[in-house]
Amino acid sequence: MSDIIIKHELEIEALTDNLQSVIDFVEENLELTACSMKIKMQIDIAVEELFVNIAHYAYTPATGKAIITIEIDNDNKEVSITFTDSGIPFNPLEKEDPDVSLSAEERKIGGLGIYMVKKSMDKVRYAYEDGKNKLTITKKV
Amino acid sequence: MLNIEKNAVADKLEVILSGRLDTATAPQLESELKDALNEVKELVFNLADLEYISSAGLRVLLSVQKVMNKNGNMVVTNASDEVKEIFEVTGFSDILTIE
Repeated sequence: MSDIIIKHELEIEALTDNLQSVIDFVEENLELTACSMKIKMQIDIAVEELFVNIAHYAYTPATGKAIITIEIDNDNKEVSITFTDSGIPFNPLEKEDPDVSLSAEERKIGGLGIYMVKKSMDKVRYAYEDGKNKLTITKKV
Repeated sequence: MLNIEKNAVADKLEVILSGRLDTATAPQLESELKDALNEVKELVFNLADLEYISSAGLRVLLSVQKVMNKNGNMVVTNASDEVKEIFEVTGFSDILTIE
C-alpha cells in the first residue's frame, strides 16, 4: 500500500556547516515513527557519517549539492534514507573495514565512520546512476 | 551543542561532557584538551550527560587515549547504554577503560 509511505526530500549544499540542518530534517521525520532512542541515535550517526563524507570528498576542492531523501514505511516499520550527490564516483562500501581488535597504539584514526554505518544499519546499498552517487541506508524502526 | 566542564585537582583532571560529541563539536574538545593534558596523570571522562557520539568524537577519544597511555591513565565513566553500544561495535570498549 503505497499511500502509507511518507517521502520527504531535502536538497542542501554539501558543507559540514549544514550538518545540523540535515540532522534536524531527519529527526523531524523520525518523529513520525515509533523508533526508540537507540535506533534514533544509530540513524543520526549514519546520517552524520554519510553527509560529512559527501561534504569532505564528493566535490573537492569545489562544493555542490546533496539530496537527502527519507522514506518512512509505517506498514513494514522501515525507514530508508538515500544520499545523492553529483560528485566524483565513489563507493564507500568498498573501503576495507578497520581492524577493531587492534590496540589504541595500533589503531588508525580513520575508516570508522562507514564501518559504524554498516554495523548499525540493516541494509546499505550503493549505486552510481545518471552521473550520481546514491547511497541508501535502511533500518527497521 | 557540547558542554565541556573541567575539574582539576593536582595531577587529576575530570572532564564532564554533556550534549553531542560529533563532527561539529569534536574540534572544540580537541582544542580544550590540547594544552590541558601536559601535567595530567589521571584523566576521567564523565559521560553521564553525553547523548551522542559519532566517529569524529571517537577519533578525539582515541588520540587522547594515546597521549594518556604515555602520561598516565584514562577512564571513561557513566556512559549511557547507547554510547556504550557504540564503544562495543567499534572495538573502543577494548581500547578504553570503561567504568
